[in-house]
Amino acid sequence: MNPDIRIQQADFAQEREVAALRARGGEVGAIVTFTGLVRDLEADTAVRGLYLEHYPGMTEKSLHKIVASAAARWPLCAVTVIHRVGHLGAAEQIVFVGVSSAHRHAAFAACEFIMDYLKTRAPFWKKSLRSDGDFWVEAKDSDTKASERWQA
Amino acid sequence: MIEVHFFANLRETLGQEALRLPWRGELGSVRALIAALARQHGATWQQALQDERVLVAVNQEIATLDALLRDGDEVAFFPPVTGG
Repeated sequence: MNPDIRIQQADFAQEREVAALRARGGEVGAIVTFTGLVRDLEADTAVRGLYLEHYPGMTEKSLHKIVASAAARWPLCAVTVIHRVGHLGAAEQIVFVGVSSAHRHAAFAACEFIMDYLKTRAPFWKKSLRSDGDFWVEAKDSDTKASERWQA
Repeated sequence: MIEVHFFANLRETLGQEALRLPWRGELGSVRALIAALARQHGATWQQALQDERVLVAVNQEIATLDALLRDGDEVAFFPPVTGG
């Protein structure tokens, strides 16, 4: 399986990505997708948007490694991961993970696994641009726990 | 030559996104690199780089403070990641 992994400033269209997953797979019986958006409210404070920084080179490598771990655990047909960087406005799309497989269980599980690992291992950093100032987002324990449960 | 990169709030605290250190064949581990940078740049750097939350990557793979460096290595320091 050769995953489609893209780091880009531009937005993406889910319909087009799902159509591409349908076309790429072998015996596709299920497609599961996740789309992450910029929240427009954070701790009751209005968020104007986000600035997303990443580590070019390492980002792509780490995403390839995460997808390869998912493909080693579940029988997958195709995987697409798109992560946007730079300045993003409130309610814009940030991340897309699409997984196709013969059956839904593998597609659901692999999609969640990829997101959990992306959030704790891929070198992206968010700065929240809020009405009360700009703040680097702190890593959450709940994200670490979510990725650790796959190791059980 | 060792290439060093800093990201996110660490980059802002240090006021620098990258630097190059000449290779003298005596740098040793990542821990020794941090000590050398702290000697060169002072207390702010020492405090920021010794923060236990700071992560390190050597040649774009997560590494430990004990990882040994070689001439030509790319080292990066950054806070816990927050993408997605």
